[in-house]
Amino acid sequence: MTLNRRHFLGTAVGTAAALSAPMVMAAGTPRVVVIGGGAGGATAARYIAKDSKGEIEVTLVEPTRSYYTCFFSNLYIGGFQEIGDLAHSYGGLAASGVNVVHDWATGIDRDAKTVTLAGGGVLPYDRLILSPGIDFVDESVPGWDLSAQNAMPHAYKGGSQTELLKAQILAMPEGGRFAMVAPPNPYRCPPGPYERISMVAHLLKANNPTAKILLVDPKEKYSKQALFEEGWQKHYGGMIERIGPDFGASNVQVNPAEMIVSIDGVDEKVDVCNVIPAQKAGVICERAGITEGNWAPVSGHTMQSRVDENIHVLGDATDQGDMPKSGFSANSQAKVAAMAVRGALTGSKVFPAKFSNTCWSLIDADDGVKVGATYEATDEKIAKVDGFISQTGEDADLRRITYEESLGWYAGITADMFG
Amino acid sequence: MLCTPALAEQEAVEIGDAERGAILFEDCASCHEVGAGAEDRIGPHLNGIFGRKAAAHDGYPYSDGIQRAGRDGLVWDLRRLDAYIENPKALVSGTRMNFAGYDDPKDRADVLAYLRSFSDNPQNIPEAQPTARPREVELPPETLAIVGDPEYGEYLSSECTGCHQRDGSAQGIPSITQWPAEDFAIAMHAYKRKIRPHPVMQMMASRLSDEEIAALAAYFGALD
Repeated sequence: MTLNRRHFLGTAVGTAAALSAPMVMAAGTPRVVVIGGGAGGATAARYIAKDSKGEIEVTLVEPTRSYYTCFFSNLYIGGFQEIGDLAHSYGGLAASGVNVVHDWATGIDRDAKTVTLAGGGVLPYDRLILSPGIDFVDESVPGWDLSAQNAMPHAYKGGSQTELLKAQILAMPEGGRFAMVAPPNPYRCPPGPYERISMVAHLLKANNPTAKILLVDPKEKYSKQALFEEGWQKHYGGMIERIGPDFGASNVQVNPAEMIVSIDGVDEKVDVCNVIPAQKAGVICERAGITEGNWAPVSGHTMQSRVDENIHVLGDATDQGDMPKSGFSANSQAKVAAMAVRGALTGSKVFPAKFSNTCWSLIDADDGVKVGATYEATDEKIAKVDGFISQTGEDADLRRITYEESLGWYAGITADMFG
Repeated sequence: MLCTPALAEQEAVEIGDAERGAILFEDCASCHEVGAGAEDRIGPHLNGIFGRKAAAHDGYPYSDGIQRAGRDGLVWDLRRLDAYIENPKALVSGTRMNFAGYDDPKDRADVLAYLRSFSDNPQNIPEAQPTARPREVELPPETLAIVGDPEYGEYLSSECTGCHQRDGSAQGIPSITQWPAEDFAIAMHAYKRKIRPHPVMQMMASRLSDEEIAALAAYFGALD
């Protein structure tokens, strides 16, 4: 590193601090760079800055100035949230001492331990935390690529795509047809596509009640299936048709120009088509050379990459074991990583890793369900310890409380992420 | 004193005579409504007051004093309410509550027993009964005597704060800050033994050791 004026002054006025933390000051303030300001990255940046009390310099690289959570974006489609409710700025992180850089990270030099930014900057790090979320696997749905995302939105990253999909649904002709091509495992937010079907049905029931929904799903089974099927029958009888792999859903292609979904060779003309492609770790992981297959393998003890111990990976991008890819999981993993990074860089106490996840889904107004589990780190993976799931046939009061709880969780996790 | 923290759950069973409290509440009713359809009048309505953070009910123009108490973390639990209606000005300065207070502990207990029947969330735990229950778990004194390590509690707390807010605000998910340590420990052990019914909390508590529960109690109890 270069000994610039700021570092020099910092050392001169920080004599008392230097005496109490000689290891830190002797080596210069250790630097952590976090790439990606979502549930994993924002949480990790905030916890490291907050808990290291200035002993670690934390820089967060995130291109957008307003972060739109992907979690709860289905509730916007259903009309239960405003788009503005999902937007969060990074002012709270800056106030917690995080240096927030709005730029794209375009490259990582693992030998030099530097991150290159699209704007030309270079950020050196002692530890790097990657929390880039997902990107899509090219040609996983033949006929669809990112250039088709306006004709057939994925709406699987929060923000403009979510708004576009909702606008398209509202513009459907009376009695028109909405289709979703659901993704193969593993993917972000296992109940997400099915909560989305519920919210689209809720929106159509109010605005276009003769419209139909076609769900084309390459998977035999899916998350909370019994709960969704019960709810769809109860609230949206006759509106939703699901085609599984036994009826050709594993052989799907689309024609965005013609708005056609072909299922095992049979063309279906639709008015709106939500294509949620197969997914992979955010592309920066691939560029860093830390992926195996589509994901970045990590150790559950510390969330360190199995390829490079100076890099920790969080959330959807990881291959870690039993945890689902969710904002809750990323937030949980971020705290383990933050503790491990502080321990490595400042010698702070490190406790055994613990993880948890809960995913709430809304089926209709005041009809919420949830699934959750706790996890621990083994040498092999993050392993499930215990879990629960909402039951079919629960009474309306419990379902309403579950929904209200999800609103509380949203407020809680966003406060935990952004301060 | 109405109850010590150690005995909060136990004595709360006999918190008072709610029927007599209903009659005593007429002293309060010129300013406060409670029950079905209650609205804010000169004072805020008192539905759900148990477990609510001070000045946390939307739409009522609280005095600066109560607002400050809320920012300082005052939560209306049994002890705080008891202290307040014994002498409002002793607990919070500068409020508009023009009431001299009940000197007789039995009067206070009876009024609070009556008010408690309009609080779904005693201790701000959504699935607890509207009226206090017997202490849910019998814990050996040595378990209750464990002094938690707040530093460990701070790390463990990060599992809680994915849902429960550190600043004590409660929206759909209850506040867990500033509980007396023993109440916190008793509640967590009740979840751990699956006596309290909430599935997320049962799962989270099930893998916490006695020391970890004490550590969390120490940490959250001391949060501002």
